Amino acid sequence: MSALPAERVAEIFVEFADTLVEEFDLIEFLQMVTTRASELVGSSAAGLLLADPQGTLQFMAASDERAEMLELFQVQSHEGPCQDCFREGAAVVNADLSRSPGRWPNFAPRATAAGFASVHAFPLRLRREVIGALNLFGSDVGAMNPADAGTVQALADVATIGLLQERAVRRGEVLTEQLQGALDSRIVIEQAKGALAQIHACSVDEAFDLLRGYCRNHRLGLSEVARGVVNDPRAYPDLMA
Amino acid sequence: MADGWTRADLVSWAGTLVAGEPDISNGSHGTAADLDQLCRAVTRAVPVSGAVISLMTHGGPTGIVASSDAVWRDVEELQFILGEGPCWDAFESGRPVLAEDVRAGDEARWVGYRAAAIEHGVRAVFAFPLQIHFARVGVMDVYRNAPGGLDDHSLALILAFAECATALLVDGQEAAGAGEIPSGVDHALGSRFEAYQAQGMVMVQLGVPLADAMARLRAYAYANDRTLGQVARQVVSRSLSFEPEDAASGTEKGSES
Repeated sequence: MSALPAERVAEIFVEFADTLVEEFDLIEFLQMVTTRASELVGSSAAGLLLADPQGTLQFMAASDERAEMLELFQVQSHEGPCQDCFREGAAVVNADLSRSPGRWPNFAPRATAAGFASVHAFPLRLRREVIGALNLFGSDVGAMNPADAGTVQALADVATIGLLQERAVRRGEVLTEQLQGALDSRIVIEQAKGALAQIHACSVDEAFDLLRGYCRNHRLGLSEVARGVVNDPRAYPDLMA
Repeated sequence: MADGWTRADLVSWAGTLVAGEPDISNGSHGTAADLDQLCRAVTRAVPVSGAVISLMTHGGPTGIVASSDAVWRDVEELQFILGEGPCWDAFESGRPVLAEDVRAGDEARWVGYRAAAIEHGVRAVFAFPLQIHFARVGVMDVYRNAPGGLDDHSLALILAFAECATALLVDGQEAAGAGEIPSGVDHALGSRFEAYQAQGMVMVQLGVPLADAMARLRAYAYANDRTLGQVARQVVSRSLSFEPEDAASGTEKGSES
């Protein structure tokens, strides 16, 4: 069933690994993962769930509305191939929906009604960490051969590495920005303390009390007023008196 | 030894070395103490004389947060006083800067800094940006008092230490929360905070913009062979002040009383 030429497969892999770009958009990326995954093995539709920080699967993306509906159903009912795959960290391949009412009593009839005959689920996993699952839906039964399953799993692995890297980078960016911001405001407060101490011929501690008192009375932020003072002390005549 | 080691192996090995480094109490605590420990682990693991970590912004170094030994803080401070040096270049470019012989090399690069560093016994200096992808937070400077480059293994291990240092700062920031700075960093930057207070005072004394006030303080420290911390303490304790006429005439002279 792998109808795609090797060049196209390679292209898709590169696309999946390319998460460290300035304009990265998570939903767009996951949307691309679902459409490419179904393109790769010629399945009808695909959907993707990711675990939230509490470890509960949440809907993220789907290649069409039928898949979206079935993913949302799995999230709400805690039942279905994605849930099993996520819990066990192992792929579910070629599950025949007509034979699965025992396994997924609520999910299987809905998937059949949506026009699907088979379903596959692949874990998004790096070593022992499983961060979500990718669902593929087919209109035929038993059509996914082991080689295709291996390719889809490899693709899911690459997407997972990309996602985890992107998460680490984003966290790093947020926290370094926080650190720089907090340091900047500490520095400007020290500078303002010095300026006020010089103007009032008092100690820097007394200058800080003065600054803090002023900010409290006027309900203004310390670093905001401090910045104003060092830019132009005359902008705060009350503080200079 | 680095042959066949992945980056992750090296980072985890560097982390093990940091954890194994004895925690000598030098008054630091929290994230800053962990970074002191990391700097000491660097000097033990690779053949270098000293290691220092500076926090930086694109405006320059904010302050020294950790060192393998306090003597290297004075050396590190030269880059802040002179406004140039490997940490500036490493931070700006996001790449390591390797000067294996401070006395040789590119003549045009860091003329003032090189002379001052040589005077302080520095013969080689290597600067490594502390960064996650595009986000940069500081630089780790590694010094040698003999000329010579770093072999591949040392270089790989120092890069791993730099990655650990970045992780310590980022984790420390996460624990501190928005608006705060990682624990112990406040204390570690203490003398630099005094320099910022002095900067504010000199700004008013001279009636000049902030940047000019810091330039005067730096110049005074350099010309009188003192650390910026010493000069700042004098200004804050009011045993040193700057007169506007000095600024007009351009002479770098502080009036001491």
